[in-house]
Amino acid sequence: MQPLIETHGLRKQFRLGDNTVTALAGIDIEIARGAFVAVMGPSGSGKSTFMNMIGCLDAPSGGSYRLDGHDVAGLDDDARADLRNRMIGFVFQNFNLLPRTTALDNVALPLLYRRDGALPHAQRLALAAQRLAEVGLSQRADHQPAQLSGGQQQRVAIARALVNDPALLLADEPTGALDSRTSVEIMALFQALNARGITIVLVTHEADIAAYAKRRLLFRDGRLVQDETLAAPRDAAAELVAMPPPEAAA
Amino acid sequence: MNALASLVVALRALRVNLLRSSLTMLGIVIGVAAVITMVAVGEGAQQRVREQIRSLGSNLIIILSGAVTQGGARLGFGSQLTITEDDGYAIAREIDIVQASAPVTRGTVQTVFGNLNWGTTLYGVTPEYLEVRDWEMQAGRPLAQEDVDAAAKVVVLGQTVANNLFGDADPLDQTIRVRKVPFTVIGVLARKGQSMQGQDQDDTILVPISTARKRLLGGQQARQRAVVAISVKVRDGADLGEAEAQIRDLLRQRHRLGSNQDDDFWLRNLSEVLETQQAAQRVMALLLAAVASVSLVVGGIGIMNIMLVSVTERTREIGLRMAVGARRRDILAQFLIEAVTLAAIGGLIGVGLGVAAATAIAYFTDWPVRFAPEAIILAVGFAAAVGVFFGFYPARKASRLQPMEALRFE
Repeated sequence: MQPLIETHGLRKQFRLGDNTVTALAGIDIEIARGAFVAVMGPSGSGKSTFMNMIGCLDAPSGGSYRLDGHDVAGLDDDARADLRNRMIGFVFQNFNLLPRTTALDNVALPLLYRRDGALPHAQRLALAAQRLAEVGLSQRADHQPAQLSGGQQQRVAIARALVNDPALLLADEPTGALDSRTSVEIMALFQALNARGITIVLVTHEADIAAYAKRRLLFRDGRLVQDETLAAPRDAAAELVAMPPPEAAA
Repeated sequence: MNALASLVVALRALRVNLLRSSLTMLGIVIGVAAVITMVAVGEGAQQRVREQIRSLGSNLIIILSGAVTQGGARLGFGSQLTITEDDGYAIAREIDIVQASAPVTRGTVQTVFGNLNWGTTLYGVTPEYLEVRDWEMQAGRPLAQEDVDAAAKVVVLGQTVANNLFGDADPLDQTIRVRKVPFTVIGVLARKGQSMQGQDQDDTILVPISTARKRLLGGQQARQRAVVAISVKVRDGADLGEAEAQIRDLLRQRHRLGSNQDDDFWLRNLSEVLETQQAAQRVMALLLAAVASVSLVVGGIGIMNIMLVSVTERTREIGLRMAVGARRRDILAQFLIEAVTLAAIGGLIGVGLGVAAATAIAYFTDWPVRFAPEAIILAVGFAAAVGVFFGFYPARKASRLQPMEALRFE
């Protein structure tokens, strides 16, 4: 079967004044559908640039990148925007929810930018409500981000990432701003989504978070230095059951 | 993303920052209100001038006796009465574009009623006079052709004369003495007000031209059917210059002037004076509108300022919108619509405020104001254009952001 992500010699260079900084120095990788990949590496290793590349947020300086068979390297800004809208869901460390906007409207946001088969308002909200239910936040649909806990905000962000049925979920340090129990809850949600067939690429610098993934990539100095398949990933759902219940009213 | 969805997104963003949106609008509100008010005041002043033109008689040409040369001495205007009553009739008869022509004799007379007397200006006129001057009767009847034919001793009083001789009493059918000749009052003229030169136009009495000649006036006016002036009304829509040229040709022919002789009469076109005044008013109105427009531009700069702040403040929001699939043009449209909406709403509020301010000015002062719908439409349109113009740069700045850099913006 064709891999979801396929790069050959993927390079990215930035110009900083007179210097050219190489962030990615030729990455060859294939990521299959249904994979759960953790991308690790120290700061400046190129892992974030790698994520921007496969997330179609930026155009590579060289090499090729095929996402679901589409040649992304040759696409213009608009075409990449459409590809992001249809195929990729983003989850960020700081959630990036629109302030003073309800959870429901936040989740519905990507539907606003859909170019193929734009939906009427009521249908957009119905779809957003369904996604909110999938992350267990139906009760909080009318809440604004400031009224939600960090874990709840991240769930809203995940619901937003899922609203267009993407093939790929890209998570950039999704647990970086969360406490350890909430982090495990989020990882349990990711594992459940992965079990439904969604491909997940997770950027993290925490080894114990990477341990929930099925495959681990290690970046250093813009190169992929290690690519290992984890024989026995941690099971977040099982760990949650074993954990003491959350403190009351947390 | 369609226009409607963009509008909804923009309105929501404006509502989220309600106070700031309102303050941003204030500049446009004041600008538009200033334009509307100033234009209304300027238009009102112009309208007053137009009404003055109308009160003097529109399309009016006045023919005066001109300079004549006697034995090498060039005498001044009016020293000899060179135009006659018959010139007046000929003009009406022979020139198509003349609607009416009224030869006028004039004298200064003392009028007496009972124990009251009043010095005034007498005009000997034909029935056409009131038509030419656009003058209405307030009471009684105007002079008729029969009065002229019979040289009847009838008189029509101007308001000032009626007040001075009769006070509140009814002057109709009373007999007054004009230079000791008894005249029956048959009518009173409507109020005309001051002329452009500040003369009281109501301080006058009108009698048939034939009666004036026979009974009241001496000198040339009595002897040679000469008149001091002929007032000519040109038909609506006809060219005043063309009428003047035809009158000049006719009079030169009637006066048997050779091609090397100067005119012995003088044509005056009153509306020229007024047009000069009107032009001055127009410049004034333009000046007011220009000053007011400056405040509109200042308001636009206020919008640009706030939109730039807004773009910086919402950089991460822009990055996020791009990450979830917004194209550059969607971001451009969103911020442009925000700016235009601010300007348009501000413009509408400004119209309300401007109309209110102009109405208040009209109420508390005696300045006339006039609302020109085209000025209102123009002001709101200009406000929206200001929104587009000053909103475009910030919107473009927003749309040029790189999504990943925007997302990392702190």
